Formats: sequence, C-alpha cells, structure tokens
Amino acid sequence: MSNTICKTMYDKIWDSHLVHHEAGQAPLLFVDRHLMHEVTSPQAFEGLKLANRKVRNPHSILATLDHCVPTKDRDKPIADPVARKQVDTMIANCEIHGLDLYDMENPNNGIIHIVVPEHGFVHPGMVTVCGDSHTATHGAFGALAFGIGTSEVEHVMATQTLPQERSKSMLVNVEGKLSEYCTAKDIALTVIGKIGTAGGNGHVIEFAGEAVRELSMEGRMTLCNMAIEAGARAGMIAPDHKTYDYLSGKEFAPKGDDWDLALDYWQSLPSDEGAQFDTTVALQAADIAPQVSWGTSPEQVTAVNSVVPSPDSFDNDNKAQACKNALHYMGLEAGTNITDIRIDYAFIGSCTNGRIEDFRAAAKIARGTTVAEGVTAIAVPGSYHVKEQAEAEGLDKIFLDAGWEWRDPGCSMCLAMNGDELKDGERCASTSNRNFEGRQGKGGRTHLVSPAMAAAAAAAGRFVDIRN
Amino acid sequence: MQPYKNHESVAALMNRNNVDTDQIVPKQFLKKVERTGFGAHLFHDWRFNPDGSDDLTFELNNPAFKGARVLVTGDNFGCGSSREHAPWAIADYGFNTIISTSFADIFYNNCFKNSILPLVVTADKLAALMAEITANEGVKFTVDLENQTVTTPGGNGFEFEVEAFRKNNMLNGLDDIGISLKHEDKISAFETAQKQALPWLWHRA
Repeated sequence: MSNTICKTMYDKIWDSHLVHHEAGQAPLLFVDRHLMHEVTSPQAFEGLKLANRKVRNPHSILATLDHCVPTKDRDKPIADPVARKQVDTMIANCEIHGLDLYDMENPNNGIIHIVVPEHGFVHPGMVTVCGDSHTATHGAFGALAFGIGTSEVEHVMATQTLPQERSKSMLVNVEGKLSEYCTAKDIALTVIGKIGTAGGNGHVIEFAGEAVRELSMEGRMTLCNMAIEAGARAGMIAPDHKTYDYLSGKEFAPKGDDWDLALDYWQSLPSDEGAQFDTTVALQAADIAPQVSWGTSPEQVTAVNSVVPSPDSFDNDNKAQACKNALHYMGLEAGTNITDIRIDYAFIGSCTNGRIEDFRAAAKIARGTTVAEGVTAIAVPGSYHVKEQAEAEGLDKIFLDAGWEWRDPGCSMCLAMNGDELKDGERCASTSNRNFEGRQGKGGRTHLVSPAMAAAAAAAGRFVDIRN
Repeated sequence: MQPYKNHESVAALMNRNNVDTDQIVPKQFLKKVERTGFGAHLFHDWRFNPDGSDDLTFELNNPAFKGARVLVTGDNFGCGSSREHAPWAIADYGFNTIISTSFADIFYNNCFKNSILPLVVTADKLAALMAEITANEGVKFTVDLENQTVTTPGGNGFEFEVEAFRKNNMLNGLDDIGISLKHEDKISAFETAQKQALPWLWHRA
C-alpha cells in the first residue's frame, strides 16, 4: 500500500462538504439538496417567519404532497379539514418562498422518495436531507442522504448547512447471486433481522457485493430506503454505469459539458480499495429466502418457509420479552407455519416498494389470480409517472381483473395518515417498511414482505412460498 | 429554546425496548401545522382506552409518576420515523430528561433542539435505576447539566457525557441557526468554491 489515505465513499462526501469545524462545536456540513413534504415542514416555515429569515437557496429544494393526500376521489376536496389545512399550508409556503412543489394536480406528484429520483434531482456525491427518515433511499445514487427533524429543516432552509457529528461506517457485503423470487426487500429484511433495529445506530451503511451490484436502481433504492430500519443514519451504494444510465436525460441531471464533468467526479466517489470500515457485516445472497416479518419491529422477521418463533428461542431476555409482546399484539402462536398465517388485507406501494419494477413483479404473480374471499387488496403507485407507466404496460388491468383496487399515488397505508388504514385486529401483507404497533391503523397487524409475496398472499388469503 | 435548568424531579419508569416514534405520537396527530399541544397525544394508543379514559395499566398513568420530568426507559428509544412531533410531545407532556442505554440517531438530535436531555447509561446502570424506581415509586432524581451528574437517593447516581456545544446551547437556550449564521462568510466561501469546482450542482433547469 502506498502512503495515500484510503477513504470510504462516506469519507469522501463528508470531507468535500465540510464548511467549518472548530473545537467545541459540531462540524458544519453543507447541504446540496433539500426534499420536502407537508407533514414535517410547516413548523419549520413558521420558525423562519418568526425569526424573519429567508430560504437561502430555493433552488436546492423540491417539495411534494404525499403523506396525507387521498389515493382515491382526488377530484373532490380533501375531506379531513386538518389534512386539508396541512396541504394548503404547504402550497402557501412554497408560493411565498418560490419553491417547486408537485401538488396534487401536478402530473409529477407522488411520494417524495419516488418523484425525486424520477426527475434526477439527486446525483452521486450530493449531501441530501429531508424531514423524513426514508431519505436514506437516495443513497442508492452514491449520495449521502439522511432524515432530519423539523428544527433541522428550518436550519437547512436558513443556512444551507447542518451541524453534524461524523458517523461511523459499516460495510454490508452481500456476496453471490440472489435466488429467483428474492428481491432487494428480502436483502433489507435479512440484514435488519441479522443486525437488529439498533444494529446500525451511529453508522452510515455502505451496501456492496455482487448481489447489490446486480440490483436495478429501483432495487438499490429499496435497499437503501430500509437502512433506517436498521438504525443507520444513511445507506449508500457506489455509483456505477447503472446509476449513470438511470440519471442520463432526466430533467435535473447534468447536460452537455456538465455531464462530462459530473461523470468524472462521480467515478472518483466509490470507496478506495483498502478503505477501513468501523464495522463489517457479510451475507451470502444464496442463503436469503423470501422474508416475512412476524412481529412489531422490522428485526422480527423470518423466512417464509419457517415458523413463528417462540420467546424461548431467544437467548437474550429483552428479545424474548419483545417476542412475547409481539406475539400477543400480532395474535400469533409460536410454532405456527408462516404459510398458515391468514391475511385480511394486502398493500403494494410506499417509498420502499412503490416503483414500476415492484408493480411488474407483483403483476407477474397476480396475473390470472383472484383476490381471496374476505381479503381487500390495494395497489398504490408511488407516483403518477409510475401509474402511467404501469397502465401503459397493462399492469392496472391485471390488478383490477384480479380484484385489486388501483389507486392514485401517495404514502397511503404505509403510515395510514390519509384514511387508508387497517381496522383493529386486521392483518396485512404489506410492502411498506414498518410493522410497528398501530402503524397501519390502531390494532392493525402488519407483515412486511416484497411485492411478489404480497400479490401471492392476496390470491391465497395466506402467505405463500413463491419459490414453489 | 428554553434554557435547561438543573432540577430534582420524579423519575418515571417505562421498561420497554425499541419504543418507536409512531408510539410516542401516532400518525393521526401529525396533521397539525403548529408545534404546540402534542403532550395530550403522547403515547396515545397505549395511554388511553378506546372510550378516551386513561388506561390504568399503562406505566405513565401510575399516579406515583405524576409530574415526572425524568423518563427512564429501555434500549433504542425513539427509533423509526424522524417526526419531531415525538420530542415536542415529550417536552409538552413535561419530560426534559430521558435515560436509556441507547437512542435512535434522528430522535437523539431532535431532543437537543427541544431542551430535552437524552442520557446514555450502561445496561447495568439502567437496571439499577429501574430497580430503584420500582422499589420506591415516586423517587426523585436530581439532574445537574452544568456538572454533568445525576444523583439518586438510592445511590445510583452517575456522571454523563454530553458534547460541549450541545451542553452550552442547552444551558443558555441558544438558537442553533443563529450560531451557524455566525459563519456566514465561510458558508458563502464554500458556495463560491463549489460553484467553480462542481458547477453542474448549481445549474438547475
């Protein structure tokens, strides 16, 4: 090894965005892109107004309406007056400050973490923030992207910077090839099951290895999206030709000479060979089976051909107690085959699995099936563009013919703010990212799965091993 | 931000791990455009019966914990959603100190913006603090941010670490934004340099 210092991709992005660091203060990090939605921003705008401050760089911001918007009857006013006020507040704030907003009538509308990549707004090497924990999604482009609180949203608007402590680095290597019917979602859930929901606390995760490189950009977004569910500040994947091909020609991607300059820079970003990570985790892709969560934390997850675990199977008292509590909430008995768990609901969508590839994978399974009796199944595209593309491919027909509802875009039943929700005791096969108690409705029971697994469960009325 | 003052307060015990921000303040309360009034919704789904009455089996409804400012709780507190509504609810309810073995990153940062002191202790220390509360419900802990100590009547006190700048901001109720804006010259210089080195970042359609 020569004397050159080997850096991780995280180190490179961090170092190139450090504005100032003095003893006794947190390092001040520059922010390139700021993404916004209606739920975590109104109080930040209010704070700016009270302090008589301006948005420093309106061009760094792209906003959407996604969390509390209805996914049907969009031509009617929002029925919930509190949600309506939040939407109206966002529209007014964007007008006042001159920010681009994809409102509900805009053909670009959709979930923030779906529409931003669709328009090439985040590039490799950028520091990107949003008042939303799933901002980690954009790490799929080799960007440092992380969720922040509303006070920090205000801070970034006013200063274009954030006081930030440097994170530790973690390398998650997924070697070999994924087997058929296993997806980025299954990698994400397997990693979380292995390291736990606090396993990544204080870290930024870089995902690497053959199985990660083989993923499409959509798959990489799914994987990075769930880095937060492992507790990590961010997830990221080195940019490569797939990244460049995806960005090329997009509205906010560099053009002409800028493209050549950018490409040179992007190619310098991947971690140097020999770069040291604070923590390293290795997985064999071939060992990954389709995953189904059984509990109330994303780490409570297992293979579809397995059984609901018993509290006695955990050697850690806390995990045993957590298992006991989860089984009680979920209404499950230890030892039950995962494939014997019956569902009432299926949901395909969210910033985790609301992209075109997700609907293609689900439609492949749903084609020619009928949603089981007593099951409600909703497909909610992540954006109008995903919806249009799916309709152009005839996927909407496949879902509708099978008895699914085909909705307009939004976060919908991932967090159930917009009225799409489970009732007490209802059980859902969901492609979303959190199975917390009450996440999809008070008393609702969420099982996290991939889109194909959700489609199969909807048809069978219970979980199915789609490999069979 | 309100300055953080040293205090002697009841310590409430909520012995649960991985408490997520969806539990701290459920999504149906996130539609407000104000920062205030979230305390009424803190732990809503655990705290209230379907008819709206207090669920007396929920830890924080224990009368001994009334008026508590210190919350002692399990590992990985505040995981999940980035919603700052969670610390707003905690502060509005009355807590200004949380003791656990670990906190989720975003939640931890959010606490310091809201005059809430998140204190990390070892698993053994947490067990001792929990045992002291269980044995003596209503016990008061003394938190001294200036000297970075917590003292308890049962002798389970400890010294804690907190970054110097965070401590200073908390003690003086300083506005983070104002502090960053003192470096306006450095931010401008950074922008100028970035425009030259990485010009495409500034060529937005």
